[in-house]
Amino acid sequence: MPLLKDGKLIEDPWTHIPDEVAVPASGPVIVGLKRWREERDSLCKRKDPVGVRLKSNHTAGDVADDLEHLGVVALAFPAFTDGRAYTNARRLRERYGYKGEIRAIGDALRDQYLFMQRCGFDALEVRENETEKNWQEATNAITVYYQPAADGGKTALQRRHPPAA
Amino acid sequence: MYHYDELDQRLVDERVEQFRDQVTRRIAGEITEDEFKPLRLMNGLYLQLHAYMLRIGIPYGVLSSVQLRKLAHIARTYDRGYGHFTTRQCLQLNWPKLEEAPHILAELAEVQMHAIQTSGNSFRNITADQYAGVAANEIEDSRIWAEIIRQWSLLHPEFSFLPRKFKIAVTGSPRDRTAVKFHDIGIVIRKNEKGEVGFEILVGGGMGRTPMIGQTIRAFLPKKHLLSYLEALLRIYNLMGRRDNKYKARIKILVFELGIEELQKLVEDEWNQIKDGPLALPQDEIDRISNQFAPPQWKKPQAARLGAEVQRLKNPAFADWVNVNVTGHKQPGYAIVNLSLKTLDAPPGDVTAEQMDGIADLAERYSLGETRATHEQNLVFAYVQEADLYQLWRALDELGLATPNVGLISDIICCPGLDYCALASARSIPVAERISRRFRDLRRQNDIGGLKLKISGCVNACGHHHAGHIGILGVDRQGEEFYQITLGGSADENASIGKIIGPAFSSEDVVEAVETIVNTYVDIREEGEAFLDTYRRVGEEPFKERLYPELTDAAA
Repeated sequence: MPLLKDGKLIEDPWTHIPDEVAVPASGPVIVGLKRWREERDSLCKRKDPVGVRLKSNHTAGDVADDLEHLGVVALAFPAFTDGRAYTNARRLRERYGYKGEIRAIGDALRDQYLFMQRCGFDALEVRENETEKNWQEATNAITVYYQPAADGGKTALQRRHPPAA
Repeated sequence: MYHYDELDQRLVDERVEQFRDQVTRRIAGEITEDEFKPLRLMNGLYLQLHAYMLRIGIPYGVLSSVQLRKLAHIARTYDRGYGHFTTRQCLQLNWPKLEEAPHILAELAEVQMHAIQTSGNSFRNITADQYAGVAANEIEDSRIWAEIIRQWSLLHPEFSFLPRKFKIAVTGSPRDRTAVKFHDIGIVIRKNEKGEVGFEILVGGGMGRTPMIGQTIRAFLPKKHLLSYLEALLRIYNLMGRRDNKYKARIKILVFELGIEELQKLVEDEWNQIKDGPLALPQDEIDRISNQFAPPQWKKPQAARLGAEVQRLKNPAFADWVNVNVTGHKQPGYAIVNLSLKTLDAPPGDVTAEQMDGIADLAERYSLGETRATHEQNLVFAYVQEADLYQLWRALDELGLATPNVGLISDIICCPGLDYCALASARSIPVAERISRRFRDLRRQNDIGGLKLKISGCVNACGHHHAGHIGILGVDRQGEEFYQITLGGSADENASIGKIIGPAFSSEDVVEAVETIVNTYVDIREEGEAFLDTYRRVGEEPFKERLYPELTDAAA
C-alpha cells in the first residue's frame, strides 16, 4: 500500500506484521499493541526499528511510556466517521511530546487530510489511485484555523492579537 | 452584531470553493453518492423525502436586514419562494437543486453566512437567548460567548467526527429562553459569590428517544477558561462516547453510564493539563468580540409614547397584540417585539420571500436593522421604541405577522414531519394546523393563558414534544398515524420531561383530546394559575380521568 509521508508518495519502508505472523529478524516492522506489550524486550533488541498499531479504542496513554522506542505509532480509522484517532494523535504530540511518525491507517476521506495534518499525523496509508496533488489540494483548501492544534499553525486569534515584540 | 473580519471571511470563501469542487466531482461521477454524502452533510445539504434540503446556519439566530434580504433572494431564486425557521435558530430551504447548492453557498458567503456543520456528527449551530442584550434582568449578553464558541467549534480538527451531533446553548438570564437544560452542553452565565461573572456548565441534556435534563458538571467557570474547559469535555466525549449504537451515542448516555461525578473527574484531569495553554482567552479577544455587541445609543423616550397608549385604549386588536407579543425591555422607552410565525396560513416557522423582505424593511425602520430567530420558531425585533409600536403593528399586520399568540396554545413548535422528512413516522404540520383552527378564538386562547404545545412527527423529537406542557408525538401503527400525548414537560429553567398520559389517539381524535385536556385545566385551575402549575399541583389523574373515562371506570 502506498504511503503519503509529509505529502510525498513513497514506498512504505515499514511492514505491518499481523498478530498471528512471526516478527522477521530484520526490517522495520509495525506490530499490534498486544504483541508490543508481550514481546517488548525482544522487539527493543532488534537492530531495525519497531512501530505500534493502535485500534481506535486504544488511547495515547497506552503507549505513553514506550514512545522513545517507537519509530511509528499507527492509529486506526475503522471508519472515516470514527474520530477517536484525532484525539490520540494530539495527545501523542502535545501531551507526550512524541516526535516520531504518526500514521493514519484505515478509512479516510480526502477531505479529512487537513484535520489529520493539524492533529499531528504526518503519514497516511492510501489507496493505489491517491495522488500527491490530492493531498496538496486537501491540506491547502482551508487556510484559516480557529483552534490551536498539534501542527502549531497560527490561529485566527494569534493573527488578530500578535504577541508584543 | 458580529461582523466577519478578513480571516472569518476567507475561511467561508475557501469552504465555498471546496464544496463547489466536491459537487463538480459528484456530478461528473468521479465520486459515488456514498462518498459524497458526508461531504454534503458537512455543508448542511440533506436528502429528504422528496428533494434536497439545505439548512443555513444563523449563529444564535441573529440576522441583519442585508442577510435577511439575501435569504429572501435565495428562497425566490433557488427554491420555491419560502423558508422554514428551525428550533436551532436556523433556516431551512426545502427544494434546492444539488447543482445550484454551491451558488447558494457563494451567495450566503457574500453576506457572511454559511451552512457549515448544520448537519453531521459535530457541533451544530450555537444558540443563545433571543432577548440577549435587551432582557431586563440579564447578567451578561449571551451572544458574545456564543460567538466565541462558534469560532472555536467551526471545522475543529479534532472534533469534526464525534460519536454524534453536538448542541450547545448559552443563556445570560435567570429566565431561560434557550431550553438550555436540553442541550448536550448548556452554558448559563452566572455571578459567583465574589460578584465575578463566569459560567455554570451543564452537560447531558437532550431530547430524542431518551430525553434527559442536563446536570451541572461545573458550578462556576472563570471566563478565560471557557474554551479549554469545553475542549477537555469534548475530548473525553470523543474518546468515551459510544460509537456502537447511534441511539446511545449522545453525551447524555455517557453521563448516564459514567455518572456525573466520574465524568467530572475525567474532565477536570484533562482540563488541568490544557487550561493554561493557547486556548486561554486573552482579554483583548473578549473585548474585540464584546465591542461588536455593545448596546446602541439609546434614544430618550419620546412624548409620542403616549400616542401608543391612546391607540391601545382605542384599538382592542392592537391592545391584544401589545399584551401578548410585546415584552418589557431593559431600556426605558423601548420594547421587545415578537413576530409570530404561527398563523393559520402556513406551517409553523414558515416565511415567504416577500415576508422576509418586508421584515427586513421593518427591522431597518424600527429595530436597528436586526431580526432574531427564536428556538420556538418565531422572530424578534429587539430594539423597538415604544412610540413606534402602533405603526409597527399596522405594518406587521399587513405582512400577516401580527398574530397575537406568542406563548399561547397556538404558538406551536412543530417539526416538518412526514410532509418533508425521511425519518418521520407521522405528519405533524396538519395536526398543528387543526389545533390552531380549533383554538383560533383569541379571547379563548388568552383565557387559557401561557401554554406550550409541541409536536414531533417521530421519536427523534425535533418538535421538542418532551418539553411541551402538552407534547404530541406522532407514531406509526401498521401504516396508520397515531399520536401519543405527554403532559408536564417544560424547557425553561425549571425544566421537566413530559409524562405519557395514556394510550395514543388516532389522527381524528387527537384534537379533541387536546380540547379535553385544556377544558380539564380550565375547570380545575385556581385563580391566575397557569396550565403547567395546575398540572404540577394536581398531577395527571384528573386529566387521565377525563381523557380515558372507560379505562379509569374499569380500574375503579
